[in-house]
Amino acid sequence: MITVENLVKTFRGRGETLVALDGVSLEVPQGTVCGVVGQSGAGKSTLARCVALLEKPDSGAIRVDGTDLVSLGGAALRAARRRIGVVPQGDSLLRQRTAAGNVALPLESAGAARLQRRARVLELLDLVGLADKAGAYPDQLSGGQRQRVAIARALAGSPSVLLADEPTSALDPETTASVLGVLDRARAELGVTVLIVTHDMDVVRRICDDVAVLEKGRVVEHGKVLDLVARESRTASALLPTTDQITGLSSVDSERGYGRFDRIADVTLVGFAAVGALLPEASTRFGVQLAVLGGGLTRLADTPVARFRVGLSGDRADAALDFITEHGGVVQRATREEVAA
Amino acid sequence: MKAETPWSKVFQLVLEATGDTIYMVGVATVFAALFGVPLGVLLHVTAPGGLSPQRLLHRLLSLVVDVGRSMPFIILLLAISPFTKVVSGTTLGADAAIVPLTVGAVPFVARLVDNALREVDATVVEAAVTTGASRMKIVHSVLLRESAPGLVGAIGVTLVALVGYSAMAGVVGAGGLGDLAIRYGYQRYDTRVMIASIVVLAALVIVVQFGFDRVARLLDRRRRVNA
Repeated sequence: MITVENLVKTFRGRGETLVALDGVSLEVPQGTVCGVVGQSGAGKSTLARCVALLEKPDSGAIRVDGTDLVSLGGAALRAARRRIGVVPQGDSLLRQRTAAGNVALPLESAGAARLQRRARVLELLDLVGLADKAGAYPDQLSGGQRQRVAIARALAGSPSVLLADEPTSALDPETTASVLGVLDRARAELGVTVLIVTHDMDVVRRICDDVAVLEKGRVVEHGKVLDLVARESRTASALLPTTDQITGLSSVDSERGYGRFDRIADVTLVGFAAVGALLPEASTRFGVQLAVLGGGLTRLADTPVARFRVGLSGDRADAALDFITEHGGVVQRATREEVAA
Repeated sequence: MKAETPWSKVFQLVLEATGDTIYMVGVATVFAALFGVPLGVLLHVTAPGGLSPQRLLHRLLSLVVDVGRSMPFIILLLAISPFTKVVSGTTLGADAAIVPLTVGAVPFVARLVDNALREVDATVVEAAVTTGASRMKIVHSVLLRESAPGLVGAIGVTLVALVGYSAMAGVVGAGGLGDLAIRYGYQRYDTRVMIASIVVLAALVIVVQFGFDRVARLLDRRRRVNA
């Protein structure tokens, strides 16, 4: 488990002071994956560098399993670094060492015996699916393979926390999937706590349990991904399909399009049952016509989540919407003017 | 017009001078590397943003290195002769030349090493830091090993530069090919000796350069496809 408490970091330039982190607090429970997202300049990299113990915050604490690591120095700091495995942003492998040699680096620092080292290195390369590439040099590996070696290296010292800074930023979608798969596997098989700093919402969609949204050095939203999507939150709008584009009903044809319905609403549904059955059930039970006007379906980790714009016609349209709410759907009614705007 | 020096004599002169040059330059390079590499590493790690930033020490080292490099070798050779006497016990001959050659090459090597180490990506160094490696470990396993091809190249460049410097070592009676070319070829208008010295000097430089390039390439694991 890692806890970030009230982290403040400022950079002083000529006459200017930049507040990169303005009291950031986060908690990532043991064995979960938390994504930290935000625009560039929001403080993501600074947070990552602080958590990697490469940058000292002005104040605040970074606790791994309860111990504050911020104030340490010398040998204690080096030992503390072994508790946080870091996958840095960009290419970070030693180019003059093989994949196995790179993974062995943290073990050498920890003073592990040669035989032990070799066994552990092979185990980790196997975990990231590169057992056959032990003897390959970084320049003989693809970008995704190099990133997986970097993950194996970060895990070599048996850290309790894994920090990945933009782990997918230079990768194509397919490679991204394999790298995220490896991170998920590390969590599942080794029980590490994973903190991923990323600008890519798809990373959050695929593997994050929790998400924290950083803005101007502050955490503006933090919680379980599934809880946040059910609320009208920034996370929700960034993660879920947009509702007003797919059907092509622009404001111009709002009379023809939206005008024929008694009620227009955006509905968010979480989970198999809700996504599959809630809308038709509401429709039959209350005898209303229900049309899906926009939106779509996505998947957050293993959970299907849908967000639709629906139009309802019939006397009991409101009752149908209430029924959806009662059964766990999130309903936001919209007036025609709002929709048209 | 005086008779040309017979080829057998030329051969003997050049052979002896080649031995002197190799001895002087070889020993001086070894010592220059011995002192210059650590100095270069120190220069690099104390720099702002380095592994162990030390503003004052860095400035001091930088100053020493730059002043050392700015000194024309012939002046250095004469200026440090008291120091040479203390170290080698003499101010004449090849052994005496090794001292100024080394002193002249150390700042040169230090700067080249600093440059070679700069080629190691900061991300790579930081990644090693996050693994909990000590500074010594990082210098050894990351900085020096990652830039090994560059370092070998730097020593090669130093060797070649010292071959040039050694021509002036004749001033202290150290012998060598440069000295031979000046004394026989230039002062006595002995074209045969002049040409022979130049040819051997050129061959020496080419062989050294080739050898060091080759070693540097062998040490380099970057961009080798399917080795």
